[in-house]
Amino acid sequence: MFDELRELYQEVILDHGRNPRNFRHPEDATCTAHGNNPMCGDTLTVYLELDDDGVIRDAAFEGKGCAISVASASMMTELLKGRTAAEAKRLFDSFHGMCTEDDFDMAAAEDADPDALERLGVLAGVREFPVRVKCATLAWHTMSAAMAGETEVTTE
Amino acid sequence: MSDVSEAMDTRPGDRPGATFDVERVRADFPILNETVHGRPLVFLDSAASAQKPRQVIDTVRHVYEHEYANVHRGAYHLSERATALYEGARDKVRDFLNARDRKEIIFTSNVTEAINLVAKSWGRAFLEEGDEIIISEMEHHSNIVPWQMLRDEKGLTLKIAPVSDDGVFLLDDFKRLLTERTKLVAITHVSNVLGTITPAEEIVRLAHDAGAKVLFDGAQAVVHMPVDVQALDCDFYGFTGHKLYGPSGIGVLYGKAELLDAMPPFLGGGDMIRSVTFEKTTYAPLPAKFEAGTPPIVQAIGLGAAIDYVSALGLANIAAHERDLLTYATQRLASVEGLRLIGTAPDKAAVASFTMESAHPHDISTVIDRAGVAIRAGHHCAEPLMARLGLVATARASFGIYNRREDADVLVDALETVREIFG
Repeated sequence: MFDELRELYQEVILDHGRNPRNFRHPEDATCTAHGNNPMCGDTLTVYLELDDDGVIRDAAFEGKGCAISVASASMMTELLKGRTAAEAKRLFDSFHGMCTEDDFDMAAAEDADPDALERLGVLAGVREFPVRVKCATLAWHTMSAAMAGETEVTTE
Repeated sequence: MSDVSEAMDTRPGDRPGATFDVERVRADFPILNETVHGRPLVFLDSAASAQKPRQVIDTVRHVYEHEYANVHRGAYHLSERATALYEGARDKVRDFLNARDRKEIIFTSNVTEAINLVAKSWGRAFLEEGDEIIISEMEHHSNIVPWQMLRDEKGLTLKIAPVSDDGVFLLDDFKRLLTERTKLVAITHVSNVLGTITPAEEIVRLAHDAGAKVLFDGAQAVVHMPVDVQALDCDFYGFTGHKLYGPSGIGVLYGKAELLDAMPPFLGGGDMIRSVTFEKTTYAPLPAKFEAGTPPIVQAIGLGAAIDYVSALGLANIAAHERDLLTYATQRLASVEGLRLIGTAPDKAAVASFTMESAHPHDISTVIDRAGVAIRAGHHCAEPLMARLGLVATARASFGIYNRREDADVLVDALETVREIFG
């Protein structure tokens, strides 16, 4: 019982869940979207500040959610800074694959962004908990919506 | 038909003072033999949907294997038998709610459809712009959204009766909301989140004094205590089969005959007509007027079997058993450090919502699932109540006839694991 739970709730996740990074509302945000998971009521707002070259200068979030969704949002905001919108999208695709695909090719994905994916690897434990995948990806869907100019996203 | 009723005769009967034998009840529920992640299933989510006893499962199977045909149609043996069983289930519901007349019992697919029927038929026909409907802060979405839709369609006002922080329905505040424009009071009989039993008799008396009709959402109530619609004098009462240890896909709307008679049909189609020409259709009398199309035949018969089952145990006995469970579980839960019970009204059904300081309800549910414990985590289709209480979610353990004190012990042990992980 404990092993899989320890795999899911690694110390890094618990730490980000308790002390989320970039948990604030930046005044200079250029893209904002609100995400919610109607199944559990998790709700968060993602704020991004993109410069003229399409590089994410700041990323932050606010909201309420479970340890998984808050940790994922917290780690995401740390990883997004300095990346272009296209890089952020690629990272989300890799992360989504890591959370959902049993035969996910970590090596191929890591070629693109090894450090980021290694850090996100602590969230891969959700693969064993299918109903929790939406918790892990809520912030990322919301980030993606914000950059696409959408203001609301729901993970059904 | 005789085979089905024989299967029902194995219960000890509703003897006052008879001991409630939970182990015997448990033996009737095959699913309780399941293991989850290698642990025996501890099912504490009956408020979402209850498990089914062998008697219901056997009845459903028996009907499909031996007595199935469409109802109200064929002039042949099987159709007559199926019709007798289906209409027999209506009689059982009438008895169960102590309705005056069997035609006051309308089969729907669930309580959501029952409430929508009243909104779309009675509400559209009899409410006018400026009229008021009162609901409460602790309604399930199914008793909010139909009235919002009607409000927007007709220009009505929706008023919200408050609850206290501990989940008590505030009767004095409710009384102040009533005006001569109040046409309907639609309130839950038992809150699915807080367990609060609302003061139904007083609500009816006050509403009727103001000239308003009363609808109760009884989805959580009929499973925990005896309900008598004549004694309550309510105008409409809805409940659903799957929370009452019966099949899903079957619900009930009780309505006073004079109201149902005056209401226009809800859905049009077969079975609800007297005659049809392209120029004009005349409608069937109650209850058929509100049962368009082939109904959930076997589900209704299965609901009848579930009613036989709980009636044989005795609703008063069930209430006493669950009161003991709730008292015990509440004490045990209160001993968990950092746990806060949500909903502590004195008059309460066996529903225990809670939050924990260190862990979100969703994380709690994931962790204790590994110990075989099934609870609900989330907003419980009651987002406005969550907002009222300043919460986004709760964990909810709900108890049914097959639960024992040991189930609360397993729950509390599993919550200690949550504390070990989350601190």
